[in-house]
Amino acid sequence: MRVLALAGRRLAASIPTLFLILIGVFLLLQLAPGDTVDAMMAQMGGGDAATAKQLREFYGLDLSVGAQLANYLWRLVRFDLGFSAIYGKPVATVILERLPATILLMTASLSFAFFFGIVFGVLAARRVNRWQDTLISTLGLIFYAMPTFWFGLMAIVVFAIRLQWLPAGGFEDITVSRSGLSRTLDIARHLLLPTLTLGLFYLAIYLRIMRGSMLEVLNLDFVRTARAKGLDETRVVVKHVLRNALLPMVTLIGLQAGTMLGGSVVVESVFSLPGLGRLAYESVVQRDLNTLLGIVFMSALLVIIVNFIVDLLYARLDPRITTGS
Amino acid sequence: MDMTRRAALLTSAAIASNVLFPQRSFAQETPRKGGVFTVHYGAEQRQLNPSLQASTGVYIIGGKIQEQLVDLASAGNTVGVLAESWEATPDGKTVTFKLRKGVTWHDGKDFTSADVQFTAMEMWKKILNYGSTLQLFLTAVDTPDPHTAIFRYERPMPLPLLLRALPDLGYISPRHLYEGKGDIRQNPVNLAPVGTGPFKFVQYERGQYVIADRNTNYWRPNAPYLDRIVWRVVTDRSAAAAQMEAGQIHYSPFSGLTISDLARLGKDPRFIVSTKGNEGNARTNTIEFNFRRKELADIRVRRAIAHALNIPFFIENFLGDFAKRGTGPIPSVSTDFYPADNGPQYPYDKAVAIKLLDEAGFKPGAGGTRFTLRLLPAPWGEDISLFATFIQQSLAEVGIRIEIVRNDGGGFLKSVYADHNFDLASGWHQYRNDPAVSTTVWYRSGQPVGAPWTNQWGWTDETMDKIIDDAATEVDAAKRKALYGDFVRRANSELPIWTPIEQIFLTAISAKARNHSNTPRWGSASWHDLWLAE
Repeated sequence: MRVLALAGRRLAASIPTLFLILIGVFLLLQLAPGDTVDAMMAQMGGGDAATAKQLREFYGLDLSVGAQLANYLWRLVRFDLGFSAIYGKPVATVILERLPATILLMTASLSFAFFFGIVFGVLAARRVNRWQDTLISTLGLIFYAMPTFWFGLMAIVVFAIRLQWLPAGGFEDITVSRSGLSRTLDIARHLLLPTLTLGLFYLAIYLRIMRGSMLEVLNLDFVRTARAKGLDETRVVVKHVLRNALLPMVTLIGLQAGTMLGGSVVVESVFSLPGLGRLAYESVVQRDLNTLLGIVFMSALLVIIVNFIVDLLYARLDPRITTGS
Repeated sequence: MDMTRRAALLTSAAIASNVLFPQRSFAQETPRKGGVFTVHYGAEQRQLNPSLQASTGVYIIGGKIQEQLVDLASAGNTVGVLAESWEATPDGKTVTFKLRKGVTWHDGKDFTSADVQFTAMEMWKKILNYGSTLQLFLTAVDTPDPHTAIFRYERPMPLPLLLRALPDLGYISPRHLYEGKGDIRQNPVNLAPVGTGPFKFVQYERGQYVIADRNTNYWRPNAPYLDRIVWRVVTDRSAAAAQMEAGQIHYSPFSGLTISDLARLGKDPRFIVSTKGNEGNARTNTIEFNFRRKELADIRVRRAIAHALNIPFFIENFLGDFAKRGTGPIPSVSTDFYPADNGPQYPYDKAVAIKLLDEAGFKPGAGGTRFTLRLLPAPWGEDISLFATFIQQSLAEVGIRIEIVRNDGGGFLKSVYADHNFDLASGWHQYRNDPAVSTTVWYRSGQPVGAPWTNQWGWTDETMDKIIDDAATEVDAAKRKALYGDFVRRANSELPIWTPIEQIFLTAISAKARNHSNTPRWGSASWHDLWLAE
């Protein structure tokens, strides 16, 4: 259980980091001109000064920055994320409502990118410098270079407008009510294009990493040994090379779980999905400090959890990590 | 998104055809009952009750669920909704509304004058933006019987002003769901509104959709036609256009799509793109001058800046037929107040601009630059952004260097209206059918610091203040109109703000919709007669 202790230590180390991040975001948002009452006035199209004053008192904006920050941290210690100015609900509720769409989109596109990244990476490495390799690498480069929003819009034009196979946006069909399996399939249909859009970019990274890592491992001594003892090529690749080449991929997943939350702002906007990314964007524009800090807190938690799982996976893939050598 | 000259011209042609033939003739059709109408909802608000917040983002939903005392009919005249008739005493201090009988709230309770009294005193007067200014001198609403509401004012309230303001600022809320239920702003009913309107609120999923269903007890016979309205939250403009093409959205109001997408949809027979139904939502593009800069406090510099901008060129190349040359703070669609003489107009003339700047004593320095100004464009629309760039390039030619400082909504309002941290600002002035509602506050001195869309320019003019105050309480319609003529001419000759471009919102709607765009504020209207053809 050395690995649990190791991962546990890293978990404990991330708590101060979390607080530093929250304080940083809090101070950063103080630098943005205007507060949530200004943003509200912008949305309403005007209002008088007395109303604005009342609202500032209501949102606790009449206090000093230090007092506001102290209030926030004190609430956080008691696991109270506060009240959202734009949604009029507790921040925890607002985030929980948005979490399913984000998690669904994130897991779907990460799994898609990871799985096909491995498949194409291995394929390219096995056929290195032949036409298969060139084709896969070129496609990877295209996916990597293409802006996500553009790809999303083009996918909508082709599959939703021209071919009419898939819906152009939204999380589920709202003009008819569904339940059970039919609802699940409906949501899956709605998530297909966003998953591909978000996933293709990461697929490109994964296949490049996988290809490189495979090529490196293929040249190591133990592979020569495996071949020398007469194993067939498939067995060599699957049993010996793949497992060793997977380590960098697993590292990347841990790092990119966080990036993907950010990258999904664009995809969520283009496909009108009710996720955390759009919520975060909205809270910045509306200067809804509590909600934004809540999302940062939540995302940081997600990243920490994913990294914890990655630590466990390391040990599974590479027993040397557990023995501490 | 940038637009080429070609795209703009194509747009113009497409829109022009729809302006000329906005609705194809359907006289022989009988209205169909049923159907789900889907609406593009671009910017979610914090609440949906139009008695508490006057903005199109609230009316587009709340205006189908709650109703006002009066509305504007197709010709721009006032028609009763919850009020059947109204009259004012000659001194203008008492206005009596006779209310409609047999109207019930969606929860089954009767609508009475007590609701009007509560809404007027607790919501319009205390919370509603622009309502608090309009009803500043409202002292009481008497309710002698359940169907009579008598508004009592401390100072004369011109009846035409009240009637033009109430379509926007006259929505009624149910007293029994608000009184004694704590802070009105935080009442959960604000996000699940209860009204007397043709549609009943069903569900609001933040970030996704709002649903309202047919009110089967609606007071108008045989209305409404639609079974359901669904508002889809789509924040990305291009994505909204794509969803319209894919048939997921029927209607995108208030210029919610990009200019180039509107141009494209306008050429598609499945859609109608038009300014019709938005006549009550006119706006002007503005240039605000900060008088705290000594250069801008000199009227010759302000006039020089106006002369240096080739407005017809900008409109023709960037806005197409959507816009025209503005003449002053009161737009030409305002038939009741548009004056015959608007005062000085500052046509494009670079030589005059240079001469004025020289006279003012700001000679070109090194590199030909006289002085540098910071311009803050408001983030409300792509036209403002284009206009800011146009100002920058045009003024460079007369030796004024412009730095453009971009902000988001909250940041813009704070910088301009609270911190006065700008030299030039550019945005929209929304005209609300009567100059006293939201236009004169741009010019009247003594506005509290931080109140958005008010005179924060550091400009005080006693003549102007007197005209504004006199007009606000003038009961005689002809005298009032004459006073607002003086107001426009004074605004144009002193030039604290310049309003060079006049625009009306654009609507994109499915060609299957019938009885649409038939009132001047149709996007905000109740849609009791809207129906969808097969």
